[in-house]
Amino acid sequence: MLHVQGLTGGYGKEPIVKNVSFHVQPGEILGILGPNGSGKSTLLKMISGILPKQAGTVEIANRNADRYSPKEFARNVAVLPQMHTHAFSHTVRATVELGRYPYQTGLFSSWSAEDEAAVTHAMERTGVTRYENTLIESLSGGEQQRVFVAQALAQQAPLLLLDEPTNHLDIAYQQQLLDTVRSLAVDEGKTVVSVFHDINLAALYCDRLLLMENGEIAKIGLPQDVVREPIIHSVYKAAVKTQAHPELPKPQMTLLPSMNGSGAEPFVVDETQFTVTAGSVQFHAPYSLKTVSSAVHNPGTGWYTTFVNRHVDAAYNCDDVKKEMEEYLEKAGHHLTDTVGMMTAVQTLHAEIATYADEDISIVIAVTAGVGNAVDVSKAIEREVHVGTINTWMIANGRLSDEAFIQAMITATEAKTRALQTENVMDPLTGTQATGTSTDSLLVAATQIGQELPYAGPITPLGKLIGTGVYECTIRAIRTYKEAKGWES
Amino acid sequence: MRKPLIAYIVSAAVLLTAVGLGVSIGSVHVPISTLWNQEADTTATNILWKIRMPRVILAGLVGASLAIAGAAFQGLLKNPLADPYTLGVSSGASVGAVMTLFFGISIPFLGLYTLPVFSMAGAAITMFVVLGFAKLVDRGLNMETIILTGIIFGSFLGSVLSLMIALTGEELRQIIGWLLGSVSMRGWNYINMILPFTIIGSFLLWMNRRELNAMLFGEDRAKHLGVDVKRRKLVILIGGSILTGAAVSVSGTIGFVGLVVPHMTRLLWGSDHRHLLTLSFMNGATLLIICDLLARTIISPTELPVGVITAFIGAPVFAFIFYRQRKGRAA
Repeated sequence: MLHVQGLTGGYGKEPIVKNVSFHVQPGEILGILGPNGSGKSTLLKMISGILPKQAGTVEIANRNADRYSPKEFARNVAVLPQMHTHAFSHTVRATVELGRYPYQTGLFSSWSAEDEAAVTHAMERTGVTRYENTLIESLSGGEQQRVFVAQALAQQAPLLLLDEPTNHLDIAYQQQLLDTVRSLAVDEGKTVVSVFHDINLAALYCDRLLLMENGEIAKIGLPQDVVREPIIHSVYKAAVKTQAHPELPKPQMTLLPSMNGSGAEPFVVDETQFTVTAGSVQFHAPYSLKTVSSAVHNPGTGWYTTFVNRHVDAAYNCDDVKKEMEEYLEKAGHHLTDTVGMMTAVQTLHAEIATYADEDISIVIAVTAGVGNAVDVSKAIEREVHVGTINTWMIANGRLSDEAFIQAMITATEAKTRALQTENVMDPLTGTQATGTSTDSLLVAATQIGQELPYAGPITPLGKLIGTGVYECTIRAIRTYKEAKGWES
Repeated sequence: MRKPLIAYIVSAAVLLTAVGLGVSIGSVHVPISTLWNQEADTTATNILWKIRMPRVILAGLVGASLAIAGAAFQGLLKNPLADPYTLGVSSGASVGAVMTLFFGISIPFLGLYTLPVFSMAGAAITMFVVLGFAKLVDRGLNMETIILTGIIFGSFLGSVLSLMIALTGEELRQIIGWLLGSVSMRGWNYINMILPFTIIGSFLLWMNRRELNAMLFGEDRAKHLGVDVKRRKLVILIGGSILTGAAVSVSGTIGFVGLVVPHMTRLLWGSDHRHLLTLSFMNGATLLIICDLLARTIISPTELPVGVITAFIGAPVFAFIFYRQRKGRAA
């Protein structure tokens, strides 16, 4: 649909866009990205004929763009501009009707039924029909932009060029607008080329991305090939991390603000900072720790300052555990969004908390264990769900990678199982060796400053500390539990 | 399409009423029936056909020309403060006309039209110089930049006019009277002088009514919609210059008509140029006929130049539009 070959040009003598070539298929959405001044808007203006080319060709529908008359061009290419303010105001309908200008001929009005149908359809498609007789200036920015989308649609052009279409729009309008654009491409086979400021939006909505740098193509390809840390870093000179979109297979990136001078005091976690009462085990960090857990309140990955392991009665029974937990935390004066909360029927006073250190690596392990509901996982059958009985926390001083978090959990689980084995804890139902209890919970947190800790497998420095620490703490906790219950050890 | 129809009917009715009042009111009352009454008093018939009617028609044509030119300039420049007067184009036309009188230029082949043609040339040259300079200052052609440039060139051309007047001897009276802006004692000759240009100029603008609508969204946007911007802009500027030049050549500089009329018309009937141009044309005629009526009756028997009346109304409207634009933008 659109073939750009060796395009060079810009405002003055010195070309802003240099030797750019690419092509776009019908029904495809191509996003143009690039830092400020990289020439992305200039490139679009050259394609739309607003700026002159110094070299190269633009072919639209297999025909050189220069050979189109102005009206022919507008029948083939519709442009959605950035938002502007205007001195005079048309009504919404009059504005959309202007989209039919390229179809008007002769001195007098030649408004046809086809023109009327195109206008009506465009207004319906964008949901502006009900504003038909309103002046555009009285509409909000998002609604105005929809009117201009309708105007562009009325042109019935197969190629749609958009210049930062979501500028100044709030996220609901951004989504509406881009959903409309997406469906125009998918349902009506329109070809879309759009300049984007926002890399994440572009990655979400475009089939392919074209990344510009200093007027040249730095990279063109699928979003997952373009939105990559080293590429974005080298083109935008910004520290970023990419991550998966929570719902869609699209790459997303996020900025990494430089933390220098953030005012955070150097801080090392140790066991003395834990508060143990009959009601709970608590730890409060001076700033947020990156946390992965299977807690009741705020499970999953997140950043939290307060960690609570709460004692509940063995007969605790509640329909909505999460809600009850929130109420408890709130009552205790914890900030819900900053707090991770677990629960246990074990006496929290029996918690085993210890710091394990080796050279400059250290980790605090905190375990509460009760084995009244021990299970051999290989023989697990449906059981009544009870409150978790072995809760293990690992809070590391250092910067853990994503894989280190997962490896830490594996290592800790293996160590726990080994401890149960050492203590000869049996599954009372099957009479075999227990591997855990029915609702054990695990929490790994890290300060994410200081030492890089990329791995936490069993033979890495961190893994060794976890293995030893969790094993020892769990054994001590089980022994205390047995003593408290009056069992024989 | 009902609303525009009402607009045309109302505007036509008001215009006819103004014509009626214009020909009948004055130092001597002439009943309107004189228009069609064959047995009317000869004096009344003479006053009506030889003095009042040409004056009213001339006022109408001048007002219509200035108003439609103003509407087009405003649309083209997306500038509600633009009109032949504020852009300095009227001054340019004046210089062209005064030069013709000053040097006694008469081109045989142009004859009667020498004055309007030179006046139009002055208008067109000024128009392009003003816009060229404004663009040099500010590529975006900001509202204030254009008006300021218009004032700069208007003042400069005003001094050129003063110089020519100072240097002239016996012709002085003719030029001064003409400069003040008036449609009095002109006769049918002047109508012949302006009419063809009013028709040509208005037609050129009317041909571009759809393009003007598109250009309200900016030249780039108009281009995206398929408008041949360069050519259309040139035609509009030439059309506006023809109208301004022709009007100035018969009546001198009459300010603010091109500002007030399109603004009022837009307030009442919207800014769609498909109607705005024609309606401004009609309402411009009405306004100047009424203003001229006021000019010759308000302190009768002394006659005020009509430019005094239009400025008296126009300057406050100018201030109001400026205020509204500024406030609107801040909001």
